[in-house]
Amino acid sequence: MIPEFGHFSLILALGLSLALTVLPALGVYRRDALLMQTGPSIATGLFVFLAFSFGCLVYSFVQDDFSVAYVANNSNSALPLQYKISAVWGAHEGSFLLWTLIASGWTLAVAVFSRGLTFDMKARVLSVLGLLCTGFALFLLFTSNPFDRNLPFHPADGADLNPLLQDFGLIVHPPMLYMGYVGFAVPFALAIATLTTGRLDAAWARWSRPWTNAAWAFLTVGITLGSWWAYYELGWGGWWFWDAVENASFMPWLVGTALIHSLAASEKRGVFKSWTVLLAISTFSLSLLGAFLVRSGVLTSVHAFAVDPTRGLFILIFLVLVIGGSLTLYAFKASGIKSEAQFEWNSREAMLLINNLLLVVATASVLLGTLYPLLYEVITDGKKISVGPPYFNRVFVPIVCLLFVAMVVAPFSRWRKTSGEILIRQHWPFLLATPVVVCLVTYLVTAGIDLIAVGVETLAVWILVMLVRHWWQAGSIRSASQLGMMLGHAGIAVAILGVVVTITYSEGRDVRMNPGDSLDLAGYEFTFEGVQKVRGPNYLADQAEFNVTKGGEYVATLRPEKRFYSVAQNVMTEADMDPGLLRDVYVALGEKVGDSAWAVRVHVKPFVRWIWLGGLLIALGGFVTLLDKRYRRVREPVSNNALGSAA
Amino acid sequence: MKFGRMKSHRRNRLLLIVFIVCAAGGATTFALFALNENINLFYSPDQIAQGEAPVGKTIRAGGMVQDDSVTRTGEGLGVSFVISDMKSAQVTVEFEGILPDMFREGQGVIALGQLNSEGVFVAEEVLAKHDENYMPPEVAAALEEAHESGVDTGQKAGYE
Repeated sequence: MIPEFGHFSLILALGLSLALTVLPALGVYRRDALLMQTGPSIATGLFVFLAFSFGCLVYSFVQDDFSVAYVANNSNSALPLQYKISAVWGAHEGSFLLWTLIASGWTLAVAVFSRGLTFDMKARVLSVLGLLCTGFALFLLFTSNPFDRNLPFHPADGADLNPLLQDFGLIVHPPMLYMGYVGFAVPFALAIATLTTGRLDAAWARWSRPWTNAAWAFLTVGITLGSWWAYYELGWGGWWFWDAVENASFMPWLVGTALIHSLAASEKRGVFKSWTVLLAISTFSLSLLGAFLVRSGVLTSVHAFAVDPTRGLFILIFLVLVIGGSLTLYAFKASGIKSEAQFEWNSREAMLLINNLLLVVATASVLLGTLYPLLYEVITDGKKISVGPPYFNRVFVPIVCLLFVAMVVAPFSRWRKTSGEILIRQHWPFLLATPVVVCLVTYLVTAGIDLIAVGVETLAVWILVMLVRHWWQAGSIRSASQLGMMLGHAGIAVAILGVVVTITYSEGRDVRMNPGDSLDLAGYEFTFEGVQKVRGPNYLADQAEFNVTKGGEYVATLRPEKRFYSVAQNVMTEADMDPGLLRDVYVALGEKVGDSAWAVRVHVKPFVRWIWLGGLLIALGGFVTLLDKRYRRVREPVSNNALGSAA
Repeated sequence: MKFGRMKSHRRNRLLLIVFIVCAAGGATTFALFALNENINLFYSPDQIAQGEAPVGKTIRAGGMVQDDSVTRTGEGLGVSFVISDMKSAQVTVEFEGILPDMFREGQGVIALGQLNSEGVFVAEEVLAKHDENYMPPEVAAALEEAHESGVDTGQKAGYE
């Protein structure tokens, strides 16, 4: 009965989302205040019914209701409870229900926290969000209903959740990612709503900023968690693969980052407004494109969901409607938008423009590499290719390095015009000292100098030093926005350091080891003590024991496992590591290659934690900006005297 | 010079447009060059057996791992196995390292590497999907082709 309640509730939600699309818009059209104000209550209803529906699916999982096909395919009675719950979003149907639920959650949030908006604007925004929710609900009901039954012959037990997903990282990674993807629907809806009125003013930009920052911060957390999870669960120590699905999450992040910066310029100085609108449309479109790539199976990826052409077609049509519709509207309305202010090439506006250009070019390079296999197949009539990581490393990395150069000084530039002379006069000792210190430290620690690595490290340290120096000089931080900006930039610097040091100085080897063998790597000695059988709740494992010492001193005992999940007949590698701020020691067990010998992968990865630490700092920066008092005030007069305040 | 007398915001705009066009053009050229050097063509076991695949160039090969073909070689982590399209074409693959968890006989895999002059595929990387129901699209297509053009092997290829 419960799954039917869920299904029914989903149908009601579809009805409500239709109502949300139509009624407030009709209210705007007829200038009927009563109709306009129906938005918030419909949005509440929409969220409640979707939450109830989601709750029914969770209940079916917890109760092991294997008559529901989705539960039977993705759960098992022996699965621990926390994984039964996370299995709800472990595959396509349930994860899309979560996606839709989150979309309705953002819609409700807009309805509740929108004191600053006029009734008219609010009605328009909710109507656009309602339209998006309608699309999602239709998709769920017609192509991916999680409540489909297996009746009358349902299996006695479920096929189990993919063991890879039985992990803490995968409990939190998809919800965070979806909060980001779907969150970009809010600035999108705002942009569309504003386009329909034709009034792109500072209020619109100020209104978009906290929503964009929030969605972007969630997406940052999602991507960071994904990279961390890949490192210990899937990647044998790798943390980014330029895989199509990773790129799908990275592209909206890059354009979202550009959007955050261009919104700052639009709000403070009234420039780049039509460009900002275009970015808001692009960011959400790229989120949808990501969903299409992941769920349609058009690209080869280790992450792809099971393939179903109707789903792909549906999302493609939806994508075309959203992108086509919004760009058409843009084409008609954007010509009326005028920039008010002028600026010099060394102003903060120009810096933000450079930021935007570089980020968009970087995104385009990733997009090209991601879609090129599809293009190639069409052009050459069926020849299949893949684009390797070397492409992305050669194109993407130089572009972002230029971005990092700009990041050193850009945060301290001024609106309209900056005196480069003053900037250099104030900061030259720091700018000069940094490369010297970086070279010295690198040489002392590694007894060598890798020029590229030192160069990029210097950039990262420059960014950090300038932030600290500026903060020191100013004596205080003016606003939450400024604090958020500084945290975000510091996070980027920390992540850059992590990436560069890890790539340049990691050591790793795949070897064949017998119990009793030992191996030297990067000053650490790994001794293979042996393997024993261990039993988990739903798996059997070979657990190896490694003693790690450095210079004769004990460092850690690592117990990597090779697990066999009997229900799904899956083998899984569970690596073990000794994490540290300065280095990770990592051991993963391959297969058994002889009577007693095992294939073993050993890594020593300096600074690898900094990558995710940086990611979390960036996200923290995004969240901190939400505390800015300006976003709480109701209809504050627009200040033009924003000289030098935070972007 | 006209340029010098232009109004400053006009000149700025012109400079900006020139900058954007140059940057976009440069980036595109650079990206396309990098792209051309780093694409890896896919070849089916049949194409490799027919000698269509280039020798000594990095390509991808994919197919089903033949039953009883996986053998460990030497004292290290060397391994060799045969991939086939489940019809007639077979290619021997050699690899040094750790095979992915989902690698097993009767599964579809994709290998990245180079074909040597003896017709052996020397792999740098072997990929197998993490989900046993998933078949790499390339492998599915290769199997389908072999299927259509020849006798039914009587075995389900698994690409439903």
